Parts: sequence; C-alpha cells; structure tokens
Amino acid sequence: MDSLVQDAGLGDILEKIEAGERISVADGVRLFQCPDLLAVGYLANIVRERKNGNNAYFIYNQHINYSNICTNLCKFCAFGKDKDSDLAYEMSVDEVRQKVRERLSEPITEIHMVGGIHPDLPYTYYTDILKVIKKERPDVHIQAFTCVEIAHLAEISGLGTEGVLQDLIKAGLGSIPGGGAEVFSPRIRELTCEKKLSGTGWLDVAKTAHRLGLHTNATMLYGHIESLEERMEHLDMLREAQDETNGFLAFIPLAFHPKNTELSRLSRTSGVDDLKNIAVARCFLDNFPHIKAYWVMISQKLSQIALSFGADDVDGTVKEEIITHMAGAETEQAMSREQLLRLIKEAGRIPIERGTLYNVIHSY
Amino acid sequence: MNSLQNIQQKVLNCERLTDSESLSLFLEGTLYDLGFLANFIRKRLHPEPIVTYVIDRNINYTDICISACKFCAFYKGPEDSAGSVISFEELEDKIIETQDLGGTQILLQGGLHPDKPLEFYEEMLRFIKKTGIHIHGFSPPEIFHFATLSNLTVAEVIARLKKAGLDSIPGGGAEILSDRVRELAAPRKCSADEWIEVMRQAHLQDMRTTATMMFGHIETPEERLEHLLRIRDLQDETGGFTAFIPWPFQPDNTYYSHIPKATAHSYLKMLAWSRIMLDNVANIQASWVTQGPKIAQISLFFGANDFGSTMIEENVVAAAGVTFRLSEAEIRSLVESAGYEAQQRTMNYTYVNAD
Repeated sequence: MDSLVQDAGLGDILEKIEAGERISVADGVRLFQCPDLLAVGYLANIVRERKNGNNAYFIYNQHINYSNICTNLCKFCAFGKDKDSDLAYEMSVDEVRQKVRERLSEPITEIHMVGGIHPDLPYTYYTDILKVIKKERPDVHIQAFTCVEIAHLAEISGLGTEGVLQDLIKAGLGSIPGGGAEVFSPRIRELTCEKKLSGTGWLDVAKTAHRLGLHTNATMLYGHIESLEERMEHLDMLREAQDETNGFLAFIPLAFHPKNTELSRLSRTSGVDDLKNIAVARCFLDNFPHIKAYWVMISQKLSQIALSFGADDVDGTVKEEIITHMAGAETEQAMSREQLLRLIKEAGRIPIERGTLYNVIHSY
Repeated sequence: MNSLQNIQQKVLNCERLTDSESLSLFLEGTLYDLGFLANFIRKRLHPEPIVTYVIDRNINYTDICISACKFCAFYKGPEDSAGSVISFEELEDKIIETQDLGGTQILLQGGLHPDKPLEFYEEMLRFIKKTGIHIHGFSPPEIFHFATLSNLTVAEVIARLKKAGLDSIPGGGAEILSDRVRELAAPRKCSADEWIEVMRQAHLQDMRTTATMMFGHIETPEERLEHLLRIRDLQDETGGFTAFIPWPFQPDNTYYSHIPKATAHSYLKMLAWSRIMLDNVANIQASWVTQGPKIAQISLFFGANDFGSTMIEENVVAAAGVTFRLSEAEIRSLVESAGYEAQQRTMNYTYVNAD
C-alpha cells in the first residue's frame, strides 16, 4: 500500500510518520490539499494504531447546558442568546440538581457542563452548581466550563485564573472541556467572535489548568471562513502548548453547523472535510494522546469511519445535546451503549468504555 | 509475501482472484486494503475525475404484491384494502414534473400484482412513451411474473414490452442471487437462475440493464461472493450491465426488523469489494439514499464513480424508515467538494448537456 501513498505525492510525509518524526505546518497544508483521501487517512491510521492500538473509546456521560444566555454572541453559534431573547433560559441551582437526579439510576461517569458568558449570574452560582452535582452524585467526574468561561469566572470572582481554578477544583471541577477554542487566528476571531477571549488567552487558561494538574481537551471549529493555513496555525499553537505542559487529553475537531447562525449562508461541512480534519490532526498532533470524532457533529456513520482515519474516541452516549442541534444537526440526540458497541466492533476496533481521564471502565 | 499481499498484487496486475482469494480479501482485508484496490480499479476504468448522476424519479405503479418478501416494508398483500394501482393521470403528472426538473428517465417498478394482464403494462408503456422520457422499468421478478401470468416466454415478454416502449431494465429484485437465501427470505420471488435468465434475454435483445445487491440480512459472505460471480459471469457473456448498485438491507418495518442495520464500515467494504470483483462492469453506484450524504461522498474513494439518481421521489426505502433527501445541487456540491467534476448522464451513461 505504501506505493499508493507515494503515488499520491505523500511519500516524504509517510517516511516521517513511519520514523516517528514531526511533520511541519507546510506538510499539514499539503495533507489538507491532497485529493487522495485514502492516502491521508492511511497515514493518520498509522499514528492512530501506534498510539492507541485497536482501542476505540466511548463514555457514558450526561450533558448539562446550564444557560444559553451569552454576551459574546459569536456569529457561528446558534445556541447563545441575548438575555432579553424569548429563547433565553437559565437553570437555577435546583434545576441543575433535578437534571442530575433524573438520571441517577443510569451508570453515568461524567457530567459535561458548559454554558454561555452570562452577564450577571454571580460567581457563587458556578461553585454552587458544581457542589450540588457532587452532592447528588459524589462519584461523578465533572468536566465543565470552557477556557472562555473560566476566564470570565476569573474576572467576576476577582480571583485570577489560577485562583479561580483552585477554587473550582475545591467545589468539584474535575477537568475542562475543549470548547471555545474556535480558530485561534486573530483574523477569524475579529470576523466571527470579536468579544470572545483571544486565542492566546484561551491557551493561557489551558496551560494554567495543566500546571495545576487539571487535564483539558482542545477543539477547533472548522468549515466556516477559515483558511487551511489558519487551521494549521491553530494546530501548531496547540502542539506547542502541549509540548510545554502536556495536559491536553484529546483534540476534537468540530464541524461548523450553519443553520440559525449569522453565517447561515455557508454550507455544511462535507464528509471528506470531516475526515481530513481528523486525519490531519492525528498526523500533526503527535503529542496528543487522543483524537475524538464527535458523532453528534459528523453523524454516527461517519464517526465510525473516522475510527480508521485517526480517531480513537467517538465521545459518548450523550443525551439532550442542544448546542449542535440548535444549529440544525440532524443527528440523533443520544446513542445507546449497544449502538456504540456495534458501531465500534463493526469497524474492527475494541470498544472501551472510559472515564473522563481515559481510565478504562470496561473493555468489551 | 503473505497471502493478502499476493492477492493485492494480483488485483494490481488486473488478474482475477480465485474464490478463496476473493473471500480472504473481503474477510481479512482492512478498510484500506479494500479501499485502495477499489480506488485503483475505479481510476483504471475511469481515469477522468468525473462522477456521474442521473435525474430521475422512482414511480411505483402499484404496491400490491403477491411476493411478500420478508425484507420488504413497501408491499401490501392483495387482500389489504390499502393497496393501490397508479392512475394514468397521476403517472402523467409525475412525468411532466420530472421533465420540468431536467429529468431524463423514470424508474418504473411495482409489486407483483396478482391479475393485471400484460396488455395493461404495454398500454402503460405506450402512454408514458408519448412524453418521450426514457423508461427504465420492470425488474426481473416483475418480468418473470408477467411471463408466468401470460403463459409467454421471458424473451417474448421482453420483446413485447420493448415494442411498447420499454428502454432498459433496472437491476432490482436481485437481493442475494443464492437460492438458499431466496427460499428463506423471498420464496415466491423468481429464483437466482430466473433472475439471471431475464437479464440474459434482455441483453440478447440489446436492452441494457443494471444489477443490484441487497446485503446485510441473512446471507453469508460466500453467498455475497456467489452473487457477485453470477453478475460477473453473465457480464462476460453479454456485456449488457451498465452499472452495479450494492445497498444494505434497511430493516425497519419489515419481518426482519430485529436484524441490525449494516454500518457504514460494512457498506464501504462491500462497495469496494464489488468494485474489485466486478472488473467487467463499468460503473458502481453509491447509495446515498441508504447512507446519507457524508458516507455517499466518502464512497467515491471506495470504488463508486456514480452518485445514482436524484430520486425526485422514492418510496421503497422510505417505507423502511430511511428518509435522506438530496437535490441535484446538493449532489453536485458533494461531488465537487470531493475533488471530482459532477456530470449529469442518461441510463446508458451518455453525458447530458456535455460540451
């Protein structure tokens, strides 16, 4: 098969990957531009199998979006709403408690909780919702508040990034999800989310969290107005940060969903672009242990194929996914454990139910 | 070299595989082993980076059917008052709408109606033919059923339908061309030999046809291979097949609803294997109607060079709970964002509006 990769013009990158050498930003752009999808996927699969063997991870998790009220109102987002909007909502601490209670009978190991940048919820609200989740479900791992929310909490609490993270850890925070990274390029942020925390600001929060022993994830929202070079710049900044702190667990490329956003004139991402984002990330981010194909974004079918294009994780059972569905996702809201197992096994991989930190809960 | 490498080398040398080599490739090969070889053959047969599609509409003239296949969610038994036969007015409306949308053909298929005489179908064809549209109609089980009811040979039925306006025959009703599977799943449908014989007779009368395979229910890998080889053998003999269309069984609302749906990974492997085995069939179609737009696009790298039909109307797969819809513009955009040029075609793969 190597000759077919050479025919695709990727022989030099294949050599680097086989030797375990880093590929360059320019190599990454070439991979994105290569018309031979299989050759690109084949390279990613080499890295994937070297790092994660035949394992394919999933998690039994619960999503809680505590509020959609947001002062950032990014152009690519269909979830965030102005406080005065008819569609705005915020959960009281008691409603968050109720959400957890409703599903106590299920073997949920992680609660994934994010929201908007709320203009006036007090800082104590955030520590209270962490505490109430831990009270209802002491063993659960809480992965909550993107770096963007953390920066906001640092500000309203007056504790600074490090101080607020320490305080949130005390209240029950277990790790930080990868959202809010979007595309780090200042050009893209200026055009799509000018009020949002900058790319370097996002990385500073992540690195501070890592230094405190908190693991975090990283994402990239692709498929809107960013260039291939800007995608690679984003990945390069992540790779550098990971060299420094080694605290990232997974990289999750997120497919832009245009419906109900200010960029609704754009089309949806194609299957080819979805797989390329996973494959190029897997080839380039040699210091990231995991690459996740988030099925809610790219469909169950494509996330299964992604397991051969660099991904080793398909996220989880989810339930009540709101953020992507408000932007017109036509995927299901939830997947059963049986569906996940079958999808992974038919892809020739070993299903592993994991905890948030990739601790093995059960290997099937 | 291990045996899989030997097999790959044979494919790259354009040699045909033995049965056991074919099965090893399918069962032991990875998604990449199959994908790379399928893409190699696709590029050899179609060096130009073009993906074709046809604008047409599925018209089901009746859902009344005496066959009662266990994998079907579309049919109504003859005793079921919900069953119906299309009126000529409705037919005409559907065809005019198709032509207004740039459509070049209709796919005309229906259940095995218990008592409509051959003249009924001839009259339907003559009526449709007045519109000038290409009629891709009557799969082999229907033609075989017409022959049985009318006490004519298959060749005579085809000659009469052709004279009445039939242009080509769709490859439906092939399911799995293995009699064990047919006896269990579709005992009243024509046998594998009979299906092949209808196609042979059509090809002998210079009528082009397609071939399908519905997999992922009760068949074994050996039976899938048997199916592919029967198609390949007849194609060696007649050269009459224009395209092969493998698609996975859709279980919802059928007798076999407990069988889980084939996943995308299984689909792409089967598609690629078909491309590798059927070296004498020019075109392999992606099944976006069962796979959705994303996997249909990915299938262009696993052997498919054709996006099939825009299917202005589709009822049979929809009855089994699958409702993907794509416009011509969406098909073109999927093809182009995969790095190919999109080209409208007719049933025999002549380009439409080609410069």
